[in-house]
Amino acid sequence: MLKFLLQKELKQIFRDPGIIRVLFIMPMVQLLILPLAADYEIKNINLGVVDHDHTEYSRKLVNKIVASGYFRLKDYSPTFKQGLKAIELDKTDLILEIPAHFERDLVDENKSTLFVAVDAINGVKAGLGGAYVQQIIGDYNQDVRDQWIQTPRYDEQPTIDVVSSDWYNPNMNYRVFMVPGILVMLVTMIGSSFAANNIVREKEMGTIEQINVSPIKKYQFILGKLIPFWLLAISILTIGLIIARVIYGIVPLGSYFTIYAFASIYLIAILGLGLLLSTYAQTQQQSMLVSFFVTMIFNLLSGLYTPIESMPVWAQWVTKFNPVSYFIEVMRMVMLKGSGLADIGFQILAILGFAVFFNGWAILNYSKRTG
Amino acid sequence: MKQFLIFVKKEWLHIWRDRRTLFILIWMPIVQIILYGFALTNEVKNSNIAIFDQSRDEATIQISDEIAASRYFNLVKNVYSYKDIGATFRKGKIRMAIVFPKNFRYDLLHSNRAQIQLIADASDPNTANTLTNYASSIINDYQQAVNQNAELPYTINTQVRMLYNPELKGAYGFVPGVMALVLMLVCTMMTSIAIVKEKEMGTMEVILVSPLKPFRIIIAKAVPYLFVSLLNIISILLLSVYVLGVPIVGSIWLLMAESTLFTLTSLSLGILISNSAQTQQTAMFISMMSLFLPTLLFSGFLFPIENMPWPLQVISNVVPSKWYYIIVKNIMIKGLGFESVWQETTILIGMTAALLGISIYKFKIRLA
Repeated sequence: MLKFLLQKELKQIFRDPGIIRVLFIMPMVQLLILPLAADYEIKNINLGVVDHDHTEYSRKLVNKIVASGYFRLKDYSPTFKQGLKAIELDKTDLILEIPAHFERDLVDENKSTLFVAVDAINGVKAGLGGAYVQQIIGDYNQDVRDQWIQTPRYDEQPTIDVVSSDWYNPNMNYRVFMVPGILVMLVTMIGSSFAANNIVREKEMGTIEQINVSPIKKYQFILGKLIPFWLLAISILTIGLIIARVIYGIVPLGSYFTIYAFASIYLIAILGLGLLLSTYAQTQQQSMLVSFFVTMIFNLLSGLYTPIESMPVWAQWVTKFNPVSYFIEVMRMVMLKGSGLADIGFQILAILGFAVFFNGWAILNYSKRTG
Repeated sequence: MKQFLIFVKKEWLHIWRDRRTLFILIWMPIVQIILYGFALTNEVKNSNIAIFDQSRDEATIQISDEIAASRYFNLVKNVYSYKDIGATFRKGKIRMAIVFPKNFRYDLLHSNRAQIQLIADASDPNTANTLTNYASSIINDYQQAVNQNAELPYTINTQVRMLYNPELKGAYGFVPGVMALVLMLVCTMMTSIAIVKEKEMGTMEVILVSPLKPFRIIIAKAVPYLFVSLLNIISILLLSVYVLGVPIVGSIWLLMAESTLFTLTSLSLGILISNSAQTQQTAMFISMMSLFLPTLLFSGFLFPIENMPWPLQVISNVVPSKWYYIIVKNIMIKGLGFESVWQETTILIGMTAALLGISIYKFKIRLA
């Protein structure tokens, strides 16, 4: 019985060239464009300089900051007020003010002060920009000292060296971080919205009646809807992984087996959710509106764009009920850190729970009676 | 004029008598603003860390305590080997590990040099960078406290001032963006569906044979939705000030005027979409697909536009929410006046005129 149902569903999908086009081309295009746009790397901070000193020292300092590669010198103003104007107009992100007699004070009085003002509307950018500038000024300070104090080096001071190493993504490449997450998002959107529309479509076209009067069991009906979309979503995932490898050069540290194992369960959960929505909706419009709202929440509260730890506690609880957040986490763990099945045990259990819950509910709620 | 007002009244009744839709229209923006206003932030705080302390002396314990006490870090685990660190990272439990070498304090006091290693999970580069910076500055503070009596020669002090947002809150950057996103989606979807609905229900025929000019029909459709949107703007602004804690520094009237302008742009976009769509489903699909992602991507509140490759930067210019985002940031948070946003305002006016012009030109007075 199930065999015939599958045959019917697959034929329905493959005989509609429009669906195939949307199913395969849309994710591909998005996977090629989105990672290009989704680059939060803090670089190219626009620097404005207000130099009241005009000495060799002040010029050296500015050169050193620009040479660091994080900053682009965009504005050179005679007064702080004019420098601030540049920040207001979004021309610059950060002003460095060098006071008059900067060099003289430093050499004669051993002490000098610099002023830095940062446009802090984007808090992370401001924090990092301020920290970079301070680091560079610290280095510069060291250069000045080295120049004035010859051997013996002042080593009477206890100094702590802080060495930092960046694991798993030493080049700090944002694409490596975003591509796995975006892939999850695409597979989810395709899977859930098509599954959500499917049963409703049969309702609207009236073909559901034929199924209702046939001897098909409820679970067979749900399985018959689930398996074809599961196969489709898995093939989209495969194409996405190939794109990630060929175009972005992302080779998973963990095994493909782990990814597919998790994805298989995850897709059952997500498709189950789609089917569940469609058993409630009467028209395609309703199901689209609801699945759009749900997808948007899933999308924005998944940790794809902003870290989950930064969210307030209640929102973190919301993410616990969001299957997408688990898959994104797992995908990043497996692809970037090489986590194995044992490391993602908790996530597997959670997603299994979702799968049983959504599908069980969908089967219970699918009624062969109309009205 | 009288005919026109009657049409407006008809549209108004459409909205008013469909209580369920009206309910959704008023509440959806409120829910979204609260949800995303709170949840969408990239502020780094409470990050889980592990400490691998091979020395366990007075100095390392004090530094560990200071780090664990700061609001940025949350010490979840003490680990005892590098292998352990790797395993904890792979489980996704921590964002950073701090390693103290053996004999830390002894080295610090006797050879004047000691090392601390910060290992960050750089799969998320910005968080990694920020955490490393926070930890380094805490360690620096400790070091300065140790050396407080000794004055270093040739010292440059740097005073850093954070303008507009001294506490570096995430909401200041995100709330204006969420405002643009929500207004855009709600307004465009509302109008596009309203017009297509008449086509689907067959009532368009009745309207088309009326003596009213196509131009007026369109305007009459948009007017009631403009009122609903104004209500939405007011509720959104109230929420950002009183619930999300983002103040309105500049003129509230200017902000209202600019928001109304942006609403007009979105409404005209909705009208244009409704022209080319035949069914409500298509209209909704176009509004969702062509608006949600581009607005999210190209407004500049999630992803910095200056990092994108230039073709995408060019594309971002045609996204109305990008300009609105700049306007809201300048007025609401920087507190600037009209002279700072006149260019963006002109662009929005131009877009609105163009969108309306195209829709009127393309408005079919004959049914297919």
